[in-house]
Amino acid sequence: MIVRISGEGQFELPDEDLDRLNQLDNAAVAAVEAGDEGGFREHFEQLIALVMTDGAPLALDDLVESTVIVPPRDISFEEARGEFSGEGLIPD
Amino acid sequence: MAGLSGRMSTVIKAKIAGLLNRAEDPEETLEYGYQKQIELLQNVKKGIADVVTSKKRIQMQSQKLEQQIVKLDTQARQAVAQGREDLARVALERKTTAQTEIQSLDQQVAELERQQEQLTANEQKLRQKIDAFRTKKEVIKAQYSAAEAQVRISEAATGVGEEMADLGLAIQRAEEKTENMRARADAVEELEAAGTFDDMTQIGGGGDDLDRQLAELGSGSQVDDELAKMKAELGPAPTEEPPALEEARPQEGKGPA
Repeated sequence: MIVRISGEGQFELPDEDLDRLNQLDNAAVAAVEAGDEGGFREHFEQLIALVMTDGAPLALDDLVESTVIVPPRDISFEEARGEFSGEGLIPD
Repeated sequence: MAGLSGRMSTVIKAKIAGLLNRAEDPEETLEYGYQKQIELLQNVKKGIADVVTSKKRIQMQSQKLEQQIVKLDTQARQAVAQGREDLARVALERKTTAQTEIQSLDQQVAELERQQEQLTANEQKLRQKIDAFRTKKEVIKAQYSAAEAQVRISEAATGVGEEMADLGLAIQRAEEKTENMRARADAVEELEAAGTFDDMTQIGGGGDDLDRQLAELGSGSQVDDELAKMKAELGPAPTEEPPALEEARPQEGKGPA
């Protein structure tokens, strides 16, 4: 699968990483909903780390759509709150 | 990736959608891509210019505060040497405030620099993607039937569209950050105008303001420590002569408390 970290680029990850990615994603969202900034940071950083360690950067002339797009690494807690409610980081 | 969108929660669900109309005509898609690239390029340039302007302004403020810190420190020493602990305390309070401000200003300058680098790098990446798209389009056209080529070119166009959307987002975030920093720079200027960092030669009217700010500082222990250190360094103050701190004497007639 192809994962984009917003602002950084695209990475190709083995499909087996999907479950782990999904767990971290759910945990990060749950932390935001609970107003737990520390918990959010922790899970979000693990998620980014997973993409960086397991993922291979795509070549610049690869023109493919991402399977998932992860918000920017330096997203603030306030931005995250806005992202997970309302119209999101990237409005449709 | 069956069921992906249903299973994934919200952090990584942030999909860029509908930014590039998956045009029936690849030529149109490419044309749109170029237009979009030119717009983005202009935005990137504007974004970077804003970042640089804010950075310069913040750097100037930071330098001004550095000078005030040196002055206030000297005056605090003079005050201690002449037994005017009250004056020394005021000078040190102001010095502490100025130091805190400088720290936050410096962090912002570093942040702006990161933004500037990231935007520039992303813009270059987008240029390369667009070039790759142009090349790929010709290859696809030569290799596939018209109908198949159209599908494949549309897919590639979606990839480029995502890259554009992502750069657009980065620009938007950089602008928001620049905006915040501008607000911060304004706030520091207001503090300056209120005399928060003035050296002691400039204490005059506006006593209300000064007292209010000093009360708000809450930097007591650092000031106490520094004052004690200065006293230890400078030895006991002379007791005979009356305090005669030329420059640092507060003028009479502070406003009513």
